[in-house]
Amino acid sequence: MNNAPSSVVSAKKLGLTFETSDGPVHALSNVDLTVNKGDFVSFIGPSGCGKTTFLRVIADLEKATAGEITVNGMTPEEARKSRSYGYVFQAPALYPWRTIEKNIALPLEIMGYSAADRKARIERTLDLVNLAGFGKKYPWQLSGGMQQRASIARALAFDADLLLMDEPFGALDEIVRDHLNEQLLKLWARTQKTICFVTHSIPEAVYLSTRIVVMSPRPGRVTDVIESTLPKERPLEIRETPEFLEIAHRVREGLRAGHSYEE
Amino acid sequence: MKPDSFRNRIVPVLTILVAIVAVWYVAAYFMNAPFQRDLDRRANVTSTTVEFIGKTMVQPKPILPAPHQVVGNVFENTFLRSVTSNRSLVYHAWVTLSSTVLGFTMGTLTGILIAVGIVHLKALDRSLMPWIIASQTVPILAVAPMVIVVLGAINITGLIPKALISTYLSFFPVAVGMVKGLRSPEIIQLDLMRTYYASGAQTFWKLRVPASIPFLFTSMKVAIAASLVGAIVGELPTGAVAGIGSKLLAAAYYSQTIDIWAALIAGSVLAALLVTIVGIIAKIVDRSMGGRPA
Repeated sequence: MNNAPSSVVSAKKLGLTFETSDGPVHALSNVDLTVNKGDFVSFIGPSGCGKTTFLRVIADLEKATAGEITVNGMTPEEARKSRSYGYVFQAPALYPWRTIEKNIALPLEIMGYSAADRKARIERTLDLVNLAGFGKKYPWQLSGGMQQRASIARALAFDADLLLMDEPFGALDEIVRDHLNEQLLKLWARTQKTICFVTHSIPEAVYLSTRIVVMSPRPGRVTDVIESTLPKERPLEIRETPEFLEIAHRVREGLRAGHSYEE
Repeated sequence: MKPDSFRNRIVPVLTILVAIVAVWYVAAYFMNAPFQRDLDRRANVTSTTVEFIGKTMVQPKPILPAPHQVVGNVFENTFLRSVTSNRSLVYHAWVTLSSTVLGFTMGTLTGILIAVGIVHLKALDRSLMPWIIASQTVPILAVAPMVIVVLGAINITGLIPKALISTYLSFFPVAVGMVKGLRSPEIIQLDLMRTYYASGAQTFWKLRVPASIPFLFTSMKVAIAASLVGAIVGELPTGAVAGIGSKLLAAAYYSQTIDIWAALIAGSVLAALLVTIVGIIAKIVDRSMGGRPA
């Protein structure tokens, strides 16, 4: 089973079962999925559908209990050890005792980048997320949206082609979220990264993605994979076009089908 | 801002102080009155109520000295004596202070070391923690003389035995606080380190240590006060010739109640001073680590 060189993440019959005191919980079962280089793939589904778990398996924060998965052609553990991905969590998880630029420097310090290189990368990534001039601030001096942007900058600072984002804008209000979605698309176009994005917002998933993976719970599984027909250039107004609404409709149908299956 | 903080912070404290002093004066009268009545009867003196109250406040060895007697004694023995004189409270405070600081330093280092061990080695977590807690249930007054005697037998006398008692009392809050502090990083912050494939040492120095600093200072405030108690207790059974503890003991021996109270005040002032210093350092460190001004 050779991976095509363009496949960044490739899962085959992937399963993950948590053993709990109430018996086994099937967080993921029989997940077959390929994420290609340059894709923007969204994972959407109700809570408990395993979308975050799948992302954590890619990141080697959880171990699959069945099937196989490769990340950049390696096992997730090897991929993590070769620092192949940047991870953005639900919360910014900035270290409060570090300024924004020091927070961005954190992975660079750990990975042994030189001081001069660190400085250049901090400047470049702050610019990428429109936070230039905020480097000397401490996290509490920034709004929630700015903090999350800083955490994205931190994930972009080192050379990883894959960006894993776990509901990064889930805690933000809709106005900020729209703005950040727009910025994220521009950033994706500029950096050419592959992005895996977990969300529970249908408009967010449709607006951002080239592919939408619809998942449903008990057991966590993939029920539909929708290829977006939207153009790469996407102004916010695209969300009112029939094409957009058509895709959103399909996602909603997929989610509903997943639900009726279990209830 | 200024008058506000005066009203909010100074006034309540002063109110309580005035209340304490008032209660103290009343108590001094009632405690000292029987003895004064006795004296008056023997000397066949009759005095007015006001004169009588006045007399209860100026006895040389009262059961409960009046506040002004204690304050006068503290003032006299702090500012009017040469600091090398063994009647000077500054001299005694200095002797106690030096063993407090030495003991506190050793205790803090020991506490940190134990905490690092407990956090990183499961075996230590299971084996050491119950002993550490048990160590603090032993009455220090019983342990102190043994420590002094045992160390005296192997010719270790003076500062070190006293400091060791301070160490014994001060390592505990630091160990407990630092275990909590080193374990305080959230799962998400630890996961972040894992995604970077950070080594254990990197996670320790870049995450666990900075996260534990506020816990360290909180426990150091408790530890420094405990160290002072340890140093004073350590001076009691040694027949020490200097230090606040020996001053307390000598004054008690000769029923010099005013001196006892003066030594107590000196000890309290020293404790307040030490806790304040630790507090100020904590604030400076907090600011330099991006702490939000309160």
